[in-house]
Amino acid sequence: MRDVAIVAFAQTDHLRRTDELSEVEMLMPVLHRVLDATRLRTSDIGFTCSGSSDYLAGRAFSFTMALDGVGAYPPISESHVEMDGAWALYEAWVKIQTGQADTALVYSYGKSSPGEVRDVLTRQLDPYYAGPLWPDSVALAALQARALIDAGDTDEAALAGIARRSRAAAADNPHAQLKGPVPAGEYVVQPLRTGDCPPVGDGAAAVILAAGDTARALCPRPAWIRGIDHRVEAHGLGVRELTESPSTRLAATRAGVFERPVDTAELHAPFTSQEVVLRKALGLDDSVNVNPSGGALAANPVMAAGLIRLGEAAARIHRGESDRALAHATSGPCLQQNLVAVLEGESAHA
Amino acid sequence: MPEEPVAVVGIGQTKHVSARRDVSIAGLVREAAVRALEDAALTWADIDAVVIGKAPDFFEGLMMPELYLADALGAVGKPMLRVHTAGSVGGSTALVAANLVSARVHRTVLTLAFEKQSESNAMWGLSLPIPFQQPLLAGAGGFFAPHVRAYMRRTGAPDSVGSLVAYKDRRNALKNPYAHIHDPDITLEKVRSAPMLWDPIRYSETCPSSDGACAMILTDRAGAARSPHPPAWVHGGAMRSEPTLFAGKDFVSPRAGRDCAADVYRQAGIGDPRREIDAVEMYVPFSWYEPMWLENLGFADEGEGWKLTESGVTELDGDLPVNPSGGVLSTNPIGASGMIRFAEAALQVRGQAGEHQVPGARKALGHAYGGGAQFFSMWLVGAEPPTR
Amino acid sequence: MPEALSAPLVVEFPFTRSLGPVQSAFLTGLRERTVLGVRTAGGKILVPPVEYDPVTAEEIRELTEVAATGTVTTWAWNPAPRRGQPLDAPFAWVLVRLDGADTALLHVLAAPGPEAVRTGMRVRIRWAAERTGAITDIACFEPYDGEETGQQPAPHDGRFANPVTGIVTPTRLDYRYTPGRAQSAYLDALSRRRIVGERCPSCRKVYVPPRGACPTCGVATAEQVEVGPRGTVTTFCIVNIKAKNLDIEVPYVYAHIALDGADLALHARIGGIPYDQVRMGLRVEPVWTEDGRHPDHYRPTGEPDADYDAYKELV
Repeated sequence: MRDVAIVAFAQTDHLRRTDELSEVEMLMPVLHRVLDATRLRTSDIGFTCSGSSDYLAGRAFSFTMALDGVGAYPPISESHVEMDGAWALYEAWVKIQTGQADTALVYSYGKSSPGEVRDVLTRQLDPYYAGPLWPDSVALAALQARALIDAGDTDEAALAGIARRSRAAAADNPHAQLKGPVPAGEYVVQPLRTGDCPPVGDGAAAVILAAGDTARALCPRPAWIRGIDHRVEAHGLGVRELTESPSTRLAATRAGVFERPVDTAELHAPFTSQEVVLRKALGLDDSVNVNPSGGALAANPVMAAGLIRLGEAAARIHRGESDRALAHATSGPCLQQNLVAVLEGESAHA
Repeated sequence: MPEEPVAVVGIGQTKHVSARRDVSIAGLVREAAVRALEDAALTWADIDAVVIGKAPDFFEGLMMPELYLADALGAVGKPMLRVHTAGSVGGSTALVAANLVSARVHRTVLTLAFEKQSESNAMWGLSLPIPFQQPLLAGAGGFFAPHVRAYMRRTGAPDSVGSLVAYKDRRNALKNPYAHIHDPDITLEKVRSAPMLWDPIRYSETCPSSDGACAMILTDRAGAARSPHPPAWVHGGAMRSEPTLFAGKDFVSPRAGRDCAADVYRQAGIGDPRREIDAVEMYVPFSWYEPMWLENLGFADEGEGWKLTESGVTELDGDLPVNPSGGVLSTNPIGASGMIRFAEAALQVRGQAGEHQVPGARKALGHAYGGGAQFFSMWLVGAEPPTR
Repeated sequence: MPEALSAPLVVEFPFTRSLGPVQSAFLTGLRERTVLGVRTAGGKILVPPVEYDPVTAEEIRELTEVAATGTVTTWAWNPAPRRGQPLDAPFAWVLVRLDGADTALLHVLAAPGPEAVRTGMRVRIRWAAERTGAITDIACFEPYDGEETGQQPAPHDGRFANPVTGIVTPTRLDYRYTPGRAQSAYLDALSRRRIVGERCPSCRKVYVPPRGACPTCGVATAEQVEVGPRGTVTTFCIVNIKAKNLDIEVPYVYAHIALDGADLALHARIGGIPYDQVRMGLRVEPVWTEDGRHPDHYRPTGEPDADYDAYKELV
């Protein structure tokens, strides 16, 4: 395997609405920030890959207009996943592993403000048995939360504690949408209260990957991807053990998480209860700094929130605040699909 | 370390039709996947990862349908990726899967693309009304027809060329049991007398709307050695993108298409595509795109593509057969159409194309494009392993 | 700077879904108040029945009948039902393992309040009065005080008279569309019958309509440039099929028009000239109507045709 690192990361300020900006207008500044940070131009980049969803925007082919922000002429080697940008990063990492590219630009964006994201996400469910009931994303997460409480894995007070800790951590995150003291609030779908749920908003993120010496030339302390893997589970909620995340555990094993302790973990847990599931699957104890960015409870631009976990973990390594960090992204109802990466700073590897 | 060579050892398609009312979406993709596994003599347990592609989610009204399809594709506990690059997606999906093997991330990968257009209506999915914007005034063909006229103006091609392509592709489809449109009574006269929908494009020169899926099993050298049938080897593969619309865009021969082909030929060591390539499966949704792409892909000089078509070079028995399968003009499950091109190219070099086999085909090109002629994906497959 | 525009965008379609044999048997069964599961090779009974084993990926077809009573495995109280959800009054989302099944079905439970719901409670199906062969033939679950009988599920051939082979799933999602800064400025100018593009600060090309970014340079466009109103037809087609929702008589001409001062063509209809006399190079100008935001169409100006070399880079 080639050594590949995240050498730059940028994200927008995440906001409830961005009515004055089209998607490309929202995205373009973060593309410029990662290119400027590495002094690369679009034409220097070996491969470009993005992640987004037509269903968020309510328009087919929405990603084709976002490409305007890249400046894709002369033509570029480029691909798109209809997934969170974390999987776009995975595709780009594979491309660099083939040797066909040494650098990659990865971006993703999502505007949840145009629609009702709780309802939009129901369209992910099987269209015969579950879809016609319109079970919204909070309802499904609440079923999972209740199962955790019944199993003795958590209680409502502990969930409120996760919410408090996340938003307190986000106080230092200039891009966060929801930070500082946030009331637990009323039940949205019991046992989840407003405080247990992510904010709904718009945002974008971009990352640059580079291999070997190129990475060292572009970044004083690259965040080396020591392992990355992703796995999917069965779709039906009724056939899964909702208190467990075997796909996260398997991906973490394959990514090498358990070979040595991590000091930091950026978990993509839009709901407080999902952090409980992920901590269990990943075996994280209190020695690990979990979601110092505030996580998805502080900003959850759908389709970008997973990539942002990778970016936040990398940024801590860039700044010397972490030597070995875990980053996680999720997709689908109740953590159906999960990606795990291990990032390290150079000295930790030596 | 050089890249791992990638072999196509399994290919499966559904019989493409306008509406598969007998299966669910899962049942449709499953059929193609099982046929590919059977072709490769492999089981679900042999598959390390799944890469799936399709065009816009609105076509089936399912957001990220790979989540629901994970069980049907044996992906539970495995990595699953979902690609969407508009019309080129079937090709891009295969290339993403091939990269997993060539990077040695996985040994054996199932890749699949599908569209079940009968769940909705393609024109609805393609033209959701956007506030403040003028409605699409002309339908899908209306988007492409002005570029066809521009091609005719630029090259002086006679009006008759488009009909020749449609007549050829629809006759080729009669030799392909999986093709959607089977019209045994087709005649050139019928093609020529069909109504003009978007002048200069006739009804007979447009693609249908299909339900269908296509799957391939890609594997490494060791996997190829165990294959019961001759594999097709990937000698080159590339994607290129350019913006939808821009000042200076050449819609007749987009630079992204030219660059993509050049990259593939460079990887495959092809100096003269016209002589060295034995069969081409290119994405021709409207008949005139055959001569246009012949030029764009370097098979003919600028302005000369129509002459190859007119002189019969691209016929099944010509010296550069184009779309022996009948092509997109005969079969169009949009998200799968690109992968069908890639798979049909592989069938040719495996010698498994049946009645539409090009005798002795050793090297074949699969081509797909999408969006506003802006996304291109291509691969070149050969009967022998690559020597690089 | 004009205010950003905003308008409702409704994405609505009645999707027609073919079911395949297993799902057809299950939904037809619901119509007949019969609940079917499917048995895996490992002997598990999955309800609702899926077509492929979630563990082994094998196709599974062996149907079996289970009870209409079951046990709640987890629940969540929904105080504010949303559009499309099965009940109008507050209800509980539930996963229910029906008696005889090994897996749970997602549905809703009618109950007076969250205090009346607990994991492990016994429930039974309340059938909808009118059933069509859909998951909503189960109106909801309701509390039930009977114990699990322990009766073994019985094999079922899945055959019913008039089987349901497809369902229609109407879907509506409501969005609010905002075109963003550049498009809003363009639309604002159009409302004053001016066509205003934007120039790229890097390559100096003028984009009409502006899209916020120069797509070849990847930088924001900002400098506004009024173009046209006259322009040249660069290419076109003659449309002979009537588009749905469009009140235009066929045949008509759909053309690419390079407005004077713009560096790429926009698309519009040509009128005021017989369709078969439109040609590349024709000089045209916009025709505005009272109620339209965009020009209704473009018509000939009467100027001599543009020379091909003058516009061939814009074709």
